[in-house]
Amino acid sequence: MGAELGKYKLAVSARSADKEVQKVAQDGGIVTSLFGFALETGIIEGAIVAASKEWAAKNQDRILMENSNFEMAEPWRPYPAIVYNKAELIAAAGTKYNISPNVSLIKEATRSFGLDKVGIVGTPCQMQAIRKLQLYPIGARDVGASIALAVGIFCMENFPYQSILQLVEDHAAMKMESVKKMEIGKGKFWVYGKRGQVVQLPLKVTHKYEQPGCHVCLDYVANLGDISTGSVGSPDGWSTVFVRSKIGDDVWAKAMAAGVFETKAIESVKPGLELVTKLANEKITKNKATVEARKTFGVGKGLRIPYI
Amino acid sequence: MADKITVGYTHLSGCTGCTVALADNYAGLLTLLDRYVDLKYIPTLADARHVQKVDVSFIEGSVCINDKLAVEELKETREKSAVVVALGGCACYGNITRFSRGGQQNQPAHEAYLPVGDVIKVDVFIPGCAPTPQLIRNVAVMAYLLLKGTKEQKDLATLFLKPLMEATENTHACFCELMTKVINQSLCMGCGSCASSCPVNAITMEYGKPQGERDLCIKCGACYNQCPRSWYSFDVVDNYEAINEAIMAALQ
Repeated sequence: MGAELGKYKLAVSARSADKEVQKVAQDGGIVTSLFGFALETGIIEGAIVAASKEWAAKNQDRILMENSNFEMAEPWRPYPAIVYNKAELIAAAGTKYNISPNVSLIKEATRSFGLDKVGIVGTPCQMQAIRKLQLYPIGARDVGASIALAVGIFCMENFPYQSILQLVEDHAAMKMESVKKMEIGKGKFWVYGKRGQVVQLPLKVTHKYEQPGCHVCLDYVANLGDISTGSVGSPDGWSTVFVRSKIGDDVWAKAMAAGVFETKAIESVKPGLELVTKLANEKITKNKATVEARKTFGVGKGLRIPYI
Repeated sequence: MADKITVGYTHLSGCTGCTVALADNYAGLLTLLDRYVDLKYIPTLADARHVQKVDVSFIEGSVCINDKLAVEELKETREKSAVVVALGGCACYGNITRFSRGGQQNQPAHEAYLPVGDVIKVDVFIPGCAPTPQLIRNVAVMAYLLLKGTKEQKDLATLFLKPLMEATENTHACFCELMTKVINQSLCMGCGSCASSCPVNAITMEYGKPQGERDLCIKCGACYNQCPRSWYSFDVVDNYEAINEAIMAALQ
């Protein structure tokens, strides 16, 4: 296809040079380190991230107040939250594998949080949402120009919270509270327990739990992030990074000059861009077929397609 | 001067918030007026307020069908404008005026208010309560490019305006649209754009899906139109960087 990786100025394999970040990182700790650097240098004043409920419970002034009863809130349920420094980023690090509506905070970040320069991390669809919001700001007055750094993460699909619950508790037979890390990689869904136990589920099992809205998505590698990153293509503990926009280029160059990341040429790592391209094509091909099938879903009637 | 587009502004049953949003472009508005737009008439901001023949007219507010003068002014606007833009939630969808049942002072018989698209053909919607200064600016620049630009600029403006033109096909919007056209159609992916865009904070995200407090909803249509799964143009949004730069450059 050719366009499956989006526009980019640079593709590289990278990991955080910070040992503390490496310890908590899902992969290469790119988002944590990049936002940490951007916060320290004033490129952004705050970042919207997916925080754990434990962190959100302790920092309720950083989330949208929704009368949350944190005693009742489930472990591994993400809360979109504003963080101001590296320590808070580290406390929030790691992939949650269920839906964190980060864009829901983007306007409030510029209002009661008073941020003129906001960082946001999100899935490809969330990057689409913020770019639409910048070009067509319908309910987002004075927000678009305040988005100073948008970092996209690779995403094959997402899961509703209840799906993750069923996968972890019913299929992997672990308690949500006892999970240390979840991961999708090497064709499997991995659940790591705090005591060291590891359960792997074939992805085949997870498919029926995917969020249906993901099946019309035609973006795997967050084409619209200023920078986008994900584990696919790079060795364990490293991440693949695409630097895409002028903003991304500028921030990445500054971060590299400050020694925030260690990098390897993407051509030198296995499996490299070949695998990223392959997975991107798989996702886009499958989902294009889903979009197409919506047109003839019924008898003489189809389902709505958002793309015009 | 000669290649400016002429613009008018018809003010029906709206709160002037849309006018203020237009003015809130500050220096950008002055640049628009200097280079691209000859503002022929607009209540509040200028002395000239009666409908004239123009290239583009903006209409603020819904139309009270019990008010003969308002209906006439609306029809005259349509007849005298090449392009009619419904500006804001009331003109597009009725917004809060949808709740009117009459009985208010000093015109108790003024009970029925319709989005202007129910009475005349509307070409472009700018939804939002209030619409944002930035979207008004973007549409104004694009309208200029469409009417006066090069072939390339016309193509870009056509692509940009297309979703806002197609939006005119529907004059009803509230939180329900998110349910019926996004969630019921299995398109929601939980980004939270709707919750962020709601001007009355009627939407919260529960387990990654919007939960609407329908008693708070004012029917402005911001949530539905901001949603990336209501309408989305790859042709436009994939080029966000270049388009943003072009708009900013036009206003330098």
